[in-house]
Amino acid sequence: MTFDHQTLAAIAKSYGLIYMMIVFVGSVIYACWPSNQSKFDRAAKSILREDDE
Amino acid sequence: MISQLTKTEREIALLLTILLAISGSILGLMGRGDLLGYHGALLAIAGYALTFVLIKDHFDPEPGPKRIEKYYDDPIKVGIVLAIFWVVIGTFVGDWVAWLLVFPDATFDAGWASFGRLRPVHTSGVIFGFGGNALIATSFHVVQRTTRARLADRVSPWVVIVGFNLFCLMAASGYLMGITASKEYAEPEWYADIFLTIIWVVYFVLYMRTLARREEPHIYVANWYFLAFIIVVAILHILNNLAVPVSFGHAKSYSLFSGVQDAMLQWWYGHNAVAFFLTAGFLGMLYYYLPKRAGRPIFSYRLSIISFWGIVFLYMWAGSHHLHYTALPHWVQTLGMTFSIMLLVPSWASAGNALMTLNGAWGKVRDDATLRFMMVAAVFYGLSTFEGSFMAIRPVNSLSHYTDWTVGHVHAGALGWVAMITFGAIYTLTPWLWNKERMYSNKLIEVHFWLALIGTMIYVFAMWNSGIIQGLMWRAYNENGTLAYSFIESVAAMKPYYVARAIGGFLFFLGAVVCAYNVWKTIQLPAVAAKNPDKPPLPARGSPTALSAAE
Repeated sequence: MTFDHQTLAAIAKSYGLIYMMIVFVGSVIYACWPSNQSKFDRAAKSILREDDE
Repeated sequence: MISQLTKTEREIALLLTILLAISGSILGLMGRGDLLGYHGALLAIAGYALTFVLIKDHFDPEPGPKRIEKYYDDPIKVGIVLAIFWVVIGTFVGDWVAWLLVFPDATFDAGWASFGRLRPVHTSGVIFGFGGNALIATSFHVVQRTTRARLADRVSPWVVIVGFNLFCLMAASGYLMGITASKEYAEPEWYADIFLTIIWVVYFVLYMRTLARREEPHIYVANWYFLAFIIVVAILHILNNLAVPVSFGHAKSYSLFSGVQDAMLQWWYGHNAVAFFLTAGFLGMLYYYLPKRAGRPIFSYRLSIISFWGIVFLYMWAGSHHLHYTALPHWVQTLGMTFSIMLLVPSWASAGNALMTLNGAWGKVRDDATLRFMMVAAVFYGLSTFEGSFMAIRPVNSLSHYTDWTVGHVHAGALGWVAMITFGAIYTLTPWLWNKERMYSNKLIEVHFWLALIGTMIYVFAMWNSGIIQGLMWRAYNENGTLAYSFIESVAAMKPYYVARAIGGFLFFLGAVVCAYNVWKTIQLPAVAAKNPDKPPLPARGSPTALSAAE
């Protein structure tokens, strides 16, 4: 099998697309998952402690 | 500094400096007939000097048990001072080469003073010397504070700081002597590359071990960016620098790849150096110091996570936009262009997130020049990522490529975004590190802010003008269908813009000098008493207080 333009473009348009979509959907789901929200809120506020300075 | 090390740590450090002295000596002996010998000697002298210092203070009293109750900040202090040293040197040489373009004969007939040798001293000096030291120092600070854990040990932070700066010294001195691998932003030769690889692995292991000791259950997002910076820079550095030396006694090496493959790898490296050295790490800085200085949590933590994965996965594919209209296959160029356009989404998400964090605190931005540095950085980040996506579009690139527009774009990012966020972080961090109430002079921060902003604006506008004029002159045809201008006519037309650029750059350099003076005077201020001297800042390992305190 030769890796010409057609082959690589076909891989990019199918598996490449699926791969990028999985990463995107996965990170959105992780970021928006309801039970993660309290964890994220706490993390965002955690850096504002005074005694870190 | 040595007084903070235990006996075992002093012995490990001593072993390492002896190893450095020996390997430097061997390299120097093997390369004695070549320029390589000088760099062997440099490493050997550094090794012997460090060994001497370690032996001299070897029998000083050991640190008390209280040491593990405190964050380990000594290497951070050294890193910040070195970053400031390099920004003064790096911007000075940058302005020097800017004037060389105005007065090309001003080289004193000396090889070392030619544009081709001085320019990489500027680029490596500011990117690696200034940016790298600032990233290493702030990453050590952020990882300890956000995880509430001390750095995993007290020898490897020094290996990273000292080793990285030896690499920077080898790079800068090598360019002046004429040593170059001829790879953009990766000019140092094979032995320096191997040396940096070892240092970088130590950095990665130290960072992971510190994260593993964390008392916070969730790893704060700034650490994700710093970790992406460390890991990806390691991958890029190793692959881009695969080369075969002429011999082990020779500085010169040849790339393992040739032709368009070499070009592709070079720009995959080059653009991801922008992405992961000059973006990801500095976003880590932004996500910690900006909320901290503003006294407000980041506007949307969720958005910071989504833009993190967006930046990490999209940037990897964007490098080929540097090779439009070359021998690189057309579809690879299109791939790079497409991903560059998509990159605008996570980039603007980060810039918007930073600016929305400041929304409601504009009074602070007005009054506090340090916070204003960070605000301007976020604005320039948004502007230059938009410009970058735009310039990656093939027809736009046909006008902009090889012109000063690219130089203007790079400096909008490097001066406006990278340097501004770093100065903001330095002014925030310096009083904390040296335990002072505040910086020596807020007026001088204000002066620095305006010098930096006006300098950057002059620089960027001059290069936009010259770049677009250059591009238009190169594609202008006369009625006979031949080129309307010779190349040298387009060079002559650039002169006024080159003068303006050199003036803008000089203002930026002056700002860096003001920063150095201000930090120096701050270090000499009397220290304030600790707010809570009896309470150790760090919880005992594995105690539940870290969790409950955060709730």
